[in-house]
Amino acid sequence: MTQTDLSWVRTEMAQAMPAPAGERGLVAWVRKNLFASVGDTILTLLGLVLVALILPPIIDWAFVQAVWTGPDRTVCATIAQGGIQPDGWSGACWAFVNAKFGQFMFGRYPLEERWRPILVGILFVALLAPLLIPRVPHKGLNAVLFFLVLPIVAFILLVGGMFGLPHVETPLWGGLLVTLTLSFVGIVVSLPLGILLALGRRSRMPVVKTICIVFIETIRGIPLITVLFMASVMLPLFLPAGVTFDKFLRALIGVSLFAAAYMAEVVRGGLQAIPKGQYEGADSLGLSYWQKMYFIVLPQALKLVIPGIVNTFIGMFKDTSLVYIISMFDLLAIVRQNFSDASWASPQTPASGLIFAAVVFWLFCFGMSRYSMFMERRLDTGHKR
Amino acid sequence: MASQEVLREEPARGSLINDPRVRSIFIQVVAALALILLIWWIVDNTIDNLQRLRIASGFAFLKGRAGFDIADSAIAYSSDNTYGRAILVGLLNTAIVALAGIITATIIGFMVGIGRLSNNWLIRKICTIYVEVFRNIPPLLVIFFWYFGVLSVLPLPRDSIELPFGSYLNSRGFYFPRAVWGEGAWLILLAFVLGIAMSWFVARKARQRQMATGQQFPVFWTSVALIVGLPLLAYVASGFPLSFDLPKKSTFNLTGGFQVKPEFLSLYLALSFYTASFIAEIVRAGIRGVSRGQTEAAGALGLRSGPILRLVVVPQAMRIVIPPLTSQYLNLTKNSSLAIAIGYPDLTAIAGTVLNQTGQAIEPIMIMMAVYLGLSLLTSAIMNVVNAKMALVER
Repeated sequence: MTQTDLSWVRTEMAQAMPAPAGERGLVAWVRKNLFASVGDTILTLLGLVLVALILPPIIDWAFVQAVWTGPDRTVCATIAQGGIQPDGWSGACWAFVNAKFGQFMFGRYPLEERWRPILVGILFVALLAPLLIPRVPHKGLNAVLFFLVLPIVAFILLVGGMFGLPHVETPLWGGLLVTLTLSFVGIVVSLPLGILLALGRRSRMPVVKTICIVFIETIRGIPLITVLFMASVMLPLFLPAGVTFDKFLRALIGVSLFAAAYMAEVVRGGLQAIPKGQYEGADSLGLSYWQKMYFIVLPQALKLVIPGIVNTFIGMFKDTSLVYIISMFDLLAIVRQNFSDASWASPQTPASGLIFAAVVFWLFCFGMSRYSMFMERRLDTGHKR
Repeated sequence: MASQEVLREEPARGSLINDPRVRSIFIQVVAALALILLIWWIVDNTIDNLQRLRIASGFAFLKGRAGFDIADSAIAYSSDNTYGRAILVGLLNTAIVALAGIITATIIGFMVGIGRLSNNWLIRKICTIYVEVFRNIPPLLVIFFWYFGVLSVLPLPRDSIELPFGSYLNSRGFYFPRAVWGEGAWLILLAFVLGIAMSWFVARKARQRQMATGQQFPVFWTSVALIVGLPLLAYVASGFPLSFDLPKKSTFNLTGGFQVKPEFLSLYLALSFYTASFIAEIVRAGIRGVSRGQTEAAGALGLRSGPILRLVVVPQAMRIVIPPLTSQYLNLTKNSSLAIAIGYPDLTAIAGTVLNQTGQAIEPIMIMMAVYLGLSLLTSAIMNVVNAKMALVER
């Protein structure tokens, strides 16, 4: 021990350092978070330049110069373009969104029947809200009403043709109505189907396993557009002559199958994360396969993959916009279609309509992702390390 | 296993229904039969329908004259060419936009992802807003936004916006100078390849030397000098064989130069910006997935922040990043099929045209499926190789 050769040992006390500058207050915060070093300062300045370049023109375009109401395109066009605005004017044309709002929501759904989708919307919100708030009791009844009764009621109300309601053909549907219907049905169908596919993929029966793997991998390998093409062009060929499907239904099948394949992979991730002991424990209790899955494995597995499931939902919600390709009119498609309306065509119309659609999509998707984060925290029973 | 064997020795009691093996076989036979019946029913119906509608089948149509023009083509193509060549043009266009999108999305994604972890409050917020905005909007909407909202309201060609380096931007697209290679240009290419080969060799030698002696060698700057310097030298030596064809303004149009059409530009920009927001999240998760102890231990060993990032954090983060990054690349490739919405002639758009012209629904869709599956497999194969190189080498 005595032969330890330390090359350098301090022999006198180090100089006392000055007391640290304020750690609190605005100035300290700015110094720490914006100007901590030379590089940081440069980054902050670059960021400020970026914000200064982007933000004022956007605010100016979207709010200051924007036109909020008006009868037709003249309010949104400059004099040179045949309107009333001074030359060089550039602002959002919210008057267009305002005038077309009904169409954006319901498409060409007949005016006198629009109370029906509105009623369905109210029922939807009235049943969904208590389902999402954890403190509200009677979740079981609520879920049954939401997932089983509501679809039937909504079908009767929206399609009509019974109970004295006039029939409304699906080609007349459009706008947010189509987007929400497609996503709701897609979500309700794809989750159970995805769970079944995931269980099938992990099954010990080679035939079942192969069928599931081929289905999942094929669907995941091709774009949704191809699936929709298949649903709209090939499906009629597959059925006996004379049997035809509603186009809307075909799109529903396409979107649901597509989402189910992705859902299956998410659920499989959860199933794989459950320790083997849980499966064996359930077996040793004498539970049957379905009891084991329903009571022991799936509750744990699904809880683990909530973020993935919600991400798939969000992806599907966004993907419903692709039905535009097979000429159905969801929110985005109806906005797009209205650009060519001669009484509203102006250079500002497309951007305004698209930004409105973007805000609607964004609100739904952002809401879903925030709710999933909330649920994740709530269900976290502390197994995470 | 042992307990099962003990059970099997006993004679089967009770009905066969309760024997798991019998049940398993029964279920599988039923599933297989159901599938075979379904397929047989579909094939039967299809043959029936095709005969009734007098639609030809088979891939003979690929040799027929296409008869439609394609606006954007990487190889020579005219409406007199065959359907087969038209589909090949579409395939190439898909590959071009996917590749360009992947590169740009990766660059933006990594920048934004690292920016979200920055100590700088402003940068962090800007990056967060970027990610939250683009992640929650359908890609088709982003494409429409660029196409209808931005590019088509740009000025007409005669009052194009002038950009640096003789480039122009107008409603017909983006024009930039085209490089014209003269005599002896192959020397430059050769020098470039030679530069890369030599840098690789230098890097290898430097690594060996560092392993043996601990001495480092400025590999990066040497490589830059080799890869940039050698072609420059060749350029001078071969007598400046490079000239530029600048786009020129005439009364109504721009002539010369290289034109990037607005369809391609909007698709490429939208795919890059949309996918970048996902890549940013993956990168952020990857870097945060490397435990703090690793950074602290590297600091304790005396490494500075640069080498810590380069030698300790990034290699470990890449392991977390690569698998989800692969699936984002695949998503981008598949999303490139959205081109059909704005008329960029990618594979889906051209196959759709072929489908409409020939009336044969099944074959073009089969080709589409096969190509996308093939592209997916190719991308995963490449990324698997990268992943294998990066994966944890357990000793």
